[in-house]
Amino acid sequence: MSGNKATMLHESAIGHVTGRAAYTDEVHPPLGMVELHPVLSPHAHARITRIDSAAAQNQHGVLAVLTAADVPGVNNTGPILRDEPLLPVDQVCHHSQPVAWVVAETPAVARAAAALVAVDYEPLPACLSTAEAIEQEQFFLPPAQVARGDAGTALDAAPLRLSGELAIGGQDHFYLETQASWVQVDSEGIVQVLSSTQHPTETQIIVARVLGLPSNRVVCRSLRMGGGFGGKETQANPYAAIAALAAWRCGRPVRIKLLRELDMQLTGKRHPFHARYEVGFDAEGMLQALKVQLYADGGWSCDLSPPVLMRAMVHVDNAYYCPHVHIEGRICRTNLPSNTAFRGFGGPQGMLVGEEIIDRIARHLQLPAEQIRERNFYSASAQPPRNTTPYHQPVVDNVIADLWAQLKASSEYDRRREQIAQFNDGSARRKRGIAITPVKFGISFNKTEYNQAGALLHIYADGSIQLNHGGTEMGQGLHTKILGVATRVLGVSPKRIQLMTTSTDKVPNTSATAASSGSDLNGQAVKAACLTLLERLRPIAAKRLNCAVDQVAFVDDCVQVAGDAKRQLPFAELTAAAYAARISLSATGYYRTPGLHWDPKAGRGHPFYYFAYGAAVSEVEVCGYSGVHRLLRCDLLHDVGDSLNEIIDRGQIEGGFVQGLGWLTCEELRWGAQGQLLTNAPSTYKIPTVGEVPTAFQVDLYRRQADPSTDVIFGSKGVGEPPLMLAISVREAIREAVAAFAPGASQVDLGAPATPEAIYTAIARLRARR
Amino acid sequence: MSDAPFLTINGRRFDLTGVDPQLSLLRWLKTQRLHGTKEGCADGDCGACTVALLHRDQDGTSSYQAVNSCLLPMGMLAGRSLLTVEGLAKGDQLHPAQQAMVDCAGSQCGYCTPGFVMSLFAGCYSDAADALADSAIAGNLCRCTGYAPIRRAAQQLRRQSCAGDAFAQRLAVYSGDGECADLPGFHRPRSVDEALARKQAEPEACWIAGATDLGVDLSHGRKRAGGYICLDRIAKLQQLSIEPQRVLIGAGVSLSRLERELAGVFPALDQMLPWFAARQVRNQATLGGNLGSASPIGDLLPVLLALDASVHLRGPEGAREVAISRYFLDYRWTARAADELIVAVELPRREGLINASLKVAKRQTDDISIVAAAFALALAADGSIAHVRLAYGGVAATPQRALAVESLLIGRHLDIDSVEVAAAALHSAFAPIDDHRASAAYRSGLAADLFRQFAATVVP
Repeated sequence: MSGNKATMLHESAIGHVTGRAAYTDEVHPPLGMVELHPVLSPHAHARITRIDSAAAQNQHGVLAVLTAADVPGVNNTGPILRDEPLLPVDQVCHHSQPVAWVVAETPAVARAAAALVAVDYEPLPACLSTAEAIEQEQFFLPPAQVARGDAGTALDAAPLRLSGELAIGGQDHFYLETQASWVQVDSEGIVQVLSSTQHPTETQIIVARVLGLPSNRVVCRSLRMGGGFGGKETQANPYAAIAALAAWRCGRPVRIKLLRELDMQLTGKRHPFHARYEVGFDAEGMLQALKVQLYADGGWSCDLSPPVLMRAMVHVDNAYYCPHVHIEGRICRTNLPSNTAFRGFGGPQGMLVGEEIIDRIARHLQLPAEQIRERNFYSASAQPPRNTTPYHQPVVDNVIADLWAQLKASSEYDRRREQIAQFNDGSARRKRGIAITPVKFGISFNKTEYNQAGALLHIYADGSIQLNHGGTEMGQGLHTKILGVATRVLGVSPKRIQLMTTSTDKVPNTSATAASSGSDLNGQAVKAACLTLLERLRPIAAKRLNCAVDQVAFVDDCVQVAGDAKRQLPFAELTAAAYAARISLSATGYYRTPGLHWDPKAGRGHPFYYFAYGAAVSEVEVCGYSGVHRLLRCDLLHDVGDSLNEIIDRGQIEGGFVQGLGWLTCEELRWGAQGQLLTNAPSTYKIPTVGEVPTAFQVDLYRRQADPSTDVIFGSKGVGEPPLMLAISVREAIREAVAAFAPGASQVDLGAPATPEAIYTAIARLRARR
Repeated sequence: MSDAPFLTINGRRFDLTGVDPQLSLLRWLKTQRLHGTKEGCADGDCGACTVALLHRDQDGTSSYQAVNSCLLPMGMLAGRSLLTVEGLAKGDQLHPAQQAMVDCAGSQCGYCTPGFVMSLFAGCYSDAADALADSAIAGNLCRCTGYAPIRRAAQQLRRQSCAGDAFAQRLAVYSGDGECADLPGFHRPRSVDEALARKQAEPEACWIAGATDLGVDLSHGRKRAGGYICLDRIAKLQQLSIEPQRVLIGAGVSLSRLERELAGVFPALDQMLPWFAARQVRNQATLGGNLGSASPIGDLLPVLLALDASVHLRGPEGAREVAISRYFLDYRWTARAADELIVAVELPRREGLINASLKVAKRQTDDISIVAAAFALALAADGSIAHVRLAYGGVAATPQRALAVESLLIGRHLDIDSVEVAAAALHSAFAPIDDHRASAAYRSGLAADLFRQFAATVVP
């Protein structure tokens, strides 16, 4: 089990540390490379009455000023609804929306010329927040629903009842590499796109759509991304499309890489949410009924908001069973950038609402919050069973109670809780808090058809191998895991395999690398391709080794008679023999996740192949003078099944957690009165630094007791998103510390993110109430 | 002296003739196809573009200084030497800083990695106690790893020594800048007199010290003065003298040097410096620059107010000293005349002065403050307050003292009553603004509560 599985480092690690690993905008610029700069709208919502680009076009070095009229195909990049013009025709819908793009010899010329494009606007009323959208009933699509039982009646019947609201802030992806694309129309008229995209197939489709071409005229490759996190799932598309349009119009290779402030102003973010809830429960804190209304800020276009909202709706329950549930969701249409996928894809917002409700119940009953959490866990063994989600899917392979108990023990939760109570008794202006929170996260795309993948494997006669799969590498280590899968199945060393740049001309019709499913889907497809070729090689080997076909084993770059290392052939000898015997050494692999179905209208089905579980304990200290908090210690226990690569999984857990803590503490998006993003640079938008991460940071992988009921690649589990939500423990620990300033408070409200000001305000509010 | 301007990178000389002197080093590196150095923000906030600048102190010791290449205009670099990430490995032989990052899985997407490698690299050749501590990498943002593996890489490096390796040897023989011609518009005088004469000749030229503020504008192509007078080669500005009665800090002394060489003298300074930006910026930023830009939230300015600093200026009319209390006139407007140069800052050492500083920001590490406060207090023999300074940044258009509240406290004992009276007065002493960092109400609250926090350390 150990071997390369646990020890293989990131396949590009050496490239990363030496600077030799190239990114999209860095490939050698071909002769005549030109660049782009946008003309930005100064209004959040306005009618365009005139665009005069004559002065810009006359500038030396300017090739073109692209407007809607230049689009030969469909002027729309919307991935679900066709509501997202690449270049606006008569209206701008958010501040800084590109109205036109200047194509020029250098970035400086493009930028200077963009300032010369004269645009006249008639401002229109703008909707700049979820609150305004709710009031004005500005929504995309009809309401979505997830329901079970009769929440209304059960609420009326419940012994205790609470209601409340929660506003949840958004989050900028802040991938270190901003959106980048590079496009050239080759000698055969094929549009060659290199894009920092998580979804090359969709980028291909959108580029083809904009240029009015069939898909076979566009090739999209994704080299490696300097971070994605969902931000390059759909939102790489417009930048690839505009570069393609420029290349098409000007007949020159075109490169685009957004400046950081443009990236932050133009692209969508994690959806801010507004939630209203009513919960019914009993004196023990057992959930009886739950009614939740979720509003997601979609921004100016629909983008991926419907599935994001749905994932939020099916994660309000988190790890808790509630018999009667009614969740309704709406997507607000605002004049802000179009919000999009971001690690967790709505799940974190839904879960945050669920945990908020649990905390309300706990404080109302004056019981420890972890008790309320434990009592309400999904459980298959309870009588009657409490193990079916509000969307009617059973919670398969439920390990949360065991995982929780292990973490409580290893983190010495109970002892520390007592110590903290003592510390707080003796400290008037510094208070500590500790909290433990669970994560149950559904793995698979809600949209069933995305749950498929392909691979293409070539073995050359000399025994070297080229491997293609449909997944993209954004730092998450997918390529490394895939290499691990291929080496395990083929019994060869990693250096024999060249992993190829993800490309739509190698593997077509791929899904986004998203939803924590990259290794599940592509790993299985690669495994299938490998098995196909092994089956073809086996008879050749049997003949050469003089054994039965089923005795042939592929081990250590050799093929041997199983169990007899003396009777073996080098892999390269076998492949040469196979070539000579006229055996095809190229194969595709394909995988579709079994058993999935989902009815989006009814909000019910079996959308997830399985669940990933985890839990985290966080301890913080809050300064009562300033509202500043310090994270003192974190203990994480997370379920990755039989890890494909423990180093990489650990990295995902640590990194996801810290990204989550950024979302919930220091990362705050602020907008001006005109709808302009005020926090459009790292000087004003603060993601965590090493200083925000405690040195006491324990991460362990959960070892399950029983075999899983599902067949995920080598027993592993997806890990990209779930750990982000472990950071909810930080928020709840802060809330505990804030509560310690006013013991006995029956409600402790805390802003999300819990910035120093939000914490300061929360403490002041509690003190005022006493 | 009239040699063509050049820059030495990874031991190789690059001719800078014809290079746009206002172009940032980062962008210029791209034109040379040195892509290892990454652009994450071009703002000096992410560290992805960190390179190691060879630097020779006046005492002759040389060091590698981690700096943000996005903030350095090419005009400042004529004659200098630096290393980029491409210069560390020898073929397949990785530098220990690179090997540690590989061993500890310190890279995921890899985009921030060259910056971390360069920060760690510089740390490998520094004697400072915190050379490979968190503070060495707090100016590098990583969005993937959560920093834990990078911290482990730094720990691994702390157990190793690079003494005697090729890079240590290069430091040992480094003799300072090479002499060469300036790039057009960037003057690099060797003396204060020369600098002042240049300013007389070119009144529109702009002083440029560490370029950590001006460099942001240049990086974004925003501010383009007619010319620049670089102050980093003037020996006099690099002097730091710690005397029994006073400390005299040359205006060009970097904040990193202050952190090291002035440690233990003024608690208020010791407490604020670690929270002033991050290592790459502190390696370049100067007290003179901080006073010259006179930002209302310049973190060290309240400290200077609390410590009764005086600003030493030199101009065509000669030298003069301006008390810090008369220095700030209005938003980014000071008592310094346009043709005057800040040469030094003097801090009196007062026996028994209790002093401390506090800073609150949205993120505590490497952020611009919401409110920064510095307090100083001296008690008379009877325990009453004989001297008090309550200084703040972020609450007004300039860094400010709460003069009325100071008067209120003089002669009183610092008991709970006095603290509460002062805090109540501080709450309404300023009229701060609402902005994207914080609300006015929070800033007013902090003005009072940070004083309470300070007072609690004096009278627990």
